[in-house]
Amino acid sequence: MIKKDRILLGHGSGGKLSHDLIDSIFVKYFDNDFLRQQTDSAILDLKGGKIAFTTDSFVVDPVFFPGGNIGNIAIAGTVNDLAVSGAKPKYLSCGFIIEEGFPLVDLETIVKTMAEEAKEAGIIIVTGDTKVVDRGKCDKIFINTSGVGVIEETNMEIGSGSKIEAGDKIIINGSIGDHGMAVMAARNELNISANIKSDCACLNTLIKESMDTSAHIKFMRDATRGGIGTVLSELAKDRKFGIHLQEDKLPINDGVRGMCELLGFDPLYVANEGKVVMIVGKDDADKVLKTLKNNKFGRNAAIIGEVLEKHPGTAWLETIIGGKRIIDMLSGQQLPRIC
Amino acid sequence: MKYIDEYRNKEIVLQIAEEIKRVSTRKIKIMEVCGGHTMSIQKFGIPYLLPETVELISGPGCPVCVTSRSFIDKAIAYARMDDVIITTYGDLIRVPGSHSSLDNEKAQGADVRIVYSIMDALMIAKKNRRKKVVFLGIGFETTAPASAAGIIRAQMAGLRNFYVYSAHKVMPPAMETLIDEGVKIDGYIGPGHVSTITGEGIYLDIPKKFGLGVVISGFEPVDLMQSVLMLVKQIENNDPKVEIEYTRVVKPEGNIKAQQMLEEVFEAGDDWWRGLGVLKDSGLKIREKYSMHDAEVQIPVEVAPPIEPKGCICGEILKGLKKPKDCKLFAKVCTPSDPVGACMVSSEGSCAAYYLYNR
Repeated sequence: MIKKDRILLGHGSGGKLSHDLIDSIFVKYFDNDFLRQQTDSAILDLKGGKIAFTTDSFVVDPVFFPGGNIGNIAIAGTVNDLAVSGAKPKYLSCGFIIEEGFPLVDLETIVKTMAEEAKEAGIIIVTGDTKVVDRGKCDKIFINTSGVGVIEETNMEIGSGSKIEAGDKIIINGSIGDHGMAVMAARNELNISANIKSDCACLNTLIKESMDTSAHIKFMRDATRGGIGTVLSELAKDRKFGIHLQEDKLPINDGVRGMCELLGFDPLYVANEGKVVMIVGKDDADKVLKTLKNNKFGRNAAIIGEVLEKHPGTAWLETIIGGKRIIDMLSGQQLPRIC
Repeated sequence: MKYIDEYRNKEIVLQIAEEIKRVSTRKIKIMEVCGGHTMSIQKFGIPYLLPETVELISGPGCPVCVTSRSFIDKAIAYARMDDVIITTYGDLIRVPGSHSSLDNEKAQGADVRIVYSIMDALMIAKKNRRKKVVFLGIGFETTAPASAAGIIRAQMAGLRNFYVYSAHKVMPPAMETLIDEGVKIDGYIGPGHVSTITGEGIYLDIPKKFGLGVVISGFEPVDLMQSVLMLVKQIENNDPKVEIEYTRVVKPEGNIKAQQMLEEVFEAGDDWWRGLGVLKDSGLKIREKYSMHDAEVQIPVEVAPPIEPKGCICGEILKGLKKPKDCKLFAKVCTPSDPVGACMVSSEGSCAAYYLYNR
């Protein structure tokens, strides 16, 4: 018998190979009552409040990077999207698009990672799908996850930030730019060895602890692609307040700083996968900061700025030397500068 | 972080700012001719710290910005050939040509690859012997020696499928032309990386012929503030000269080995600069000795005369006659995600720097 150690087109055919794959990998790691039934839809029980629903696709290159793999971010990305909306994440779906020839052992590692990440976040993967495409038709593996959670009426304003007012403090739960730079460094073409690890993590517990601490968390957003710069400039746009950020308060690891210097990147715009930007009423800011610091994903949390009446509609950075500049949305990719 | 934190020390910067305010009595304009400086100045918010008497204006120091549209058109023509792989620094791929851009061609199937050094391009040539690998050589004295080294290495390794399409330029003719054309400036912040290679010698004519000072500066806030102070003092004392602020990197004689490589591979030729036109002996052409690696010689291609966009004032901005905010297209039709002119494309371009940090 030929040893099957790679994904074949047949694994996506719906036939025996598909079933074997589902049993030997997906059910093995994701195992739960919903999945075991192997019905076309998962029937879910959602009580209390309204339903929050989100989806995200993950196409990271390379698939394995320092600090994690595509599986971590596939779970964390969707869990965090729900959590920052003020919802409690409950159930997830996973869709896999896999390139023919992808090593089975890598798929198993990814699925195992996803199962562990889901378990830690306390959410259940209830349904899934696998497709295999010809070699060259996708880049190794793409994953889509959708998630549902429940949200209480009192938290409905968090996503839009409609209660933000001058004086509120801006908090981040730790160093910025780690994920983006870890992935960049892992790309072979750069030939940079840097001790940078992705920050990918599910933040729902940390967020819940913060919300239990304070009823005045007025806005949250996970600062993924585009970084915190994009989050804050987007937030300020068309609003009656301005955002004031202090560069000297931004937590940035030395490796990330060094690499950003080398490539001419601005860490404000580098992707994160385990960072939430919070806007908190000024009287509660220290309390929330303390709570964050007690969570392993918030050890380096910091108050990095505040909301002002000044310069409404725009976000500004007070630079490390006391100068000022505007923070705009990232347009296109950051490209390494040439000299 | 060493060599960075000490040059971003707020107290020192503010002390220098105070000193500039104290010394400066005349209203002056200082031009920086390096895109890296433009970016640093805007990124750190330096204009905000200077007195009203001192105005900084940006000159033609971004290599992408001064590159002609016809260069892009020709690069696109190469990219469209089935047997060509284009290798380029990242900045260049979004620059609009007359009808397309390299990233547009890439999306349509052209093999265009971003590299971080010419050595990566050589590796690609080694791995793809049946393809012609064309490296787009742009930049001033800073990047040109690397291109020279790449060409020498390709020659030694017998990589016959490796070509450089050179639009490399040298800085001094542009700096002199600006003054000749009547751009009103009182001194230059000299480019740090260019000078690392060339040394201070290339600027010595500027104080002599035009009575303007040049201070070669580093890229950190303390460097830039210190350089402004040195220029202000020169101007106040009527003592124009060439000085090096960036002494930790720039030696008066420059990098002799890099200069020798430049001389070995390139010769001076007339070249076209956006906004300035053709400047005598301002371009670096590949010598005949190395013509087997010269894309223009080995892969002849005809392109139509370039079409310049209407309303774009990149030229005047590069000359320092106008600021990005004076352009009708700025931040409306022309944005970093959909740039009309080259000054908006490169992260080092004046328009991009203003758009990002000072709108």
